[in-house]
Amino acid sequence: MTIFGHKAPLTAVVGLAIILLNLLVALAGPYLAPYGETQVVGGGWDPASAAAWFGTDQIGRDMFTRLVYGARMTIGIAFVTTILSFAIGITLGLVAAVAGRWVDALISRAVDVVLSIPLLIWALMILNVLGQSLFSLVFTIGCLDSTRVFRLARALGLNLVSLDFVEVARMRGEGLWWVISREILPNAAAPLMSEFGLRFCFNFLFIAALSFLGLGVPLPYADWGGMVKDNVGGISFGLPAALYPAAAIALLTVGINLVVDWFLSIDARPSGAQAEM
Amino acid sequence: MILSRIGLGLLTLLVVSIVIFVLTQILPGDTATSVLGQNATPETLAAFRHELGLDRPAALRYLAWLGGVLHGDFGVALTNKQDIVEVLGPRFRNTLFLAGYAALMALPLAVGFGILAAIREGRLTDRLANIVALLAISMPEFFVGYLLILNLSVNHEWFPSLATVGTDTPFGERVWAVTLPAVTLTFLVTAHMLRMTRNSVLSTMSTAYVEMAFLKGLSRARVVTRHALPNAASPVISVIALNLAYLVVGVVVVENVFTYPGVGQYMIDAVSKRDVPVIEACGIVFAGVFITLNTFADVMAIVLNPRLRHPR
Repeated sequence: MTIFGHKAPLTAVVGLAIILLNLLVALAGPYLAPYGETQVVGGGWDPASAAAWFGTDQIGRDMFTRLVYGARMTIGIAFVTTILSFAIGITLGLVAAVAGRWVDALISRAVDVVLSIPLLIWALMILNVLGQSLFSLVFTIGCLDSTRVFRLARALGLNLVSLDFVEVARMRGEGLWWVISREILPNAAAPLMSEFGLRFCFNFLFIAALSFLGLGVPLPYADWGGMVKDNVGGISFGLPAALYPAAAIALLTVGINLVVDWFLSIDARPSGAQAEM
Repeated sequence: MILSRIGLGLLTLLVVSIVIFVLTQILPGDTATSVLGQNATPETLAAFRHELGLDRPAALRYLAWLGGVLHGDFGVALTNKQDIVEVLGPRFRNTLFLAGYAALMALPLAVGFGILAAIREGRLTDRLANIVALLAISMPEFFVGYLLILNLSVNHEWFPSLATVGTDTPFGERVWAVTLPAVTLTFLVTAHMLRMTRNSVLSTMSTAYVEMAFLKGLSRARVVTRHALPNAASPVISVIALNLAYLVVGVVVVENVFTYPGVGQYMIDAVSKRDVPVIEACGIVFAGVFITLNTFADVMAIVLNPRLRHPR
């Protein structure tokens, strides 16, 4: 099977299928779900039946319905976060590459400090200050993750800045924004694209982990990480309810990683995995 | 070189401690108002601030806090007035025990299979190792953790599902109780290490002297182990140290899955109760471990690679 003019291995096709399925579910959510998001349809942790395909959750809501609504919330939040992270990271990264030594040193040292300890630890401390809401979640993770995007964008920018066409544009007297948006950004776009997949995965898992810890997406929204946490009680009775949302998370990240892995193997340009080291 | 790297590590830790202090103490606003409520009279507020030392300038408060931390005094928890060090100490040992256990299993697995995958590049072993590593990287910690609990401790009662250990738990029992969380961590960390080991061996493989060794007619296994590996060792060692640092974070979620009494669980508890001194203490401890491991990785790289010892 060929996609975009490249022969795709089986793993990449499987990955693409998983991503498309998830997107479909996230977009068509309310039309696919047989019940309402918070509608109680049975007892707690009823086994799977024709009426409830994956059984019910801890207070008797349909697991399949919750999973479908959860897809929308979980994928949507991670997507918005990644967009925010890229907007901040690319802007700062390219400015640092173009604007000169002092600006570069200032932003780079600040980023070094943020990256010198785990992002999860920062997130816990910041969320403690901001309190728990969708906005503070997206804002916190977006800002923290932008440091990684910054490193890649800056590295790409520094490579491009020394090229002739950038020199020419500067000698023509073009301003900082022109140089960044017209000369540098179009040439840095391809490696940034495959980085987007990796960062989305990272943010997706990050938010799921926070929700699982009870600090992510607030109630009453259905989201996969929070659903794992809510249904954990069933595990010790041998009930797999908590594993369905956890498996949904794993499935999507496996899918994205399969596709990104294939992307990285077709073009050996500086990729996120290498730039991060 | 080595000394300046260690100095940089200490400086980073100092800056991080300032940021943590500002983030947890200065930004949230007035602690006195949030504790006593909006109806408190100005006099009680002032008295309370004086009691906590909040009426002093921020810089002095920071220095006092830092001095305490350096003397092993993290203050007392807001919620139950317990001395933080007394709770944190045993928990820190538990966390190190779990992380060390996982590292002991992960290291030989990752380096062994990483080198094996590099030797058999493109063949079945390599592809299999790649796919398994990719799957492991993609899975959230709690998925692996609960899968293990459901299968190995609920359906077959081979391991305890809750890793509850006390300070007086005997060593054998402790190893037994911590096995499942350690396996969960191992699964996740091994994948990262395996891929990076494989890649760093392979990047050494593309150098001229390795090609020469091949041209002499040596076997692939011999070229990898005798020629490529010594030069791939230093990136591999820094990769290992970085992943040990990652292990320390992975611990936060895994500890919560298995309700293991470690620092990660303590911190999550404190965040849900908004217990600022505890959050600060845990944050500083995590930062310290992480920065130490990173510094150690860089120092090892300098020691192992003579080229890094002499700046151009």
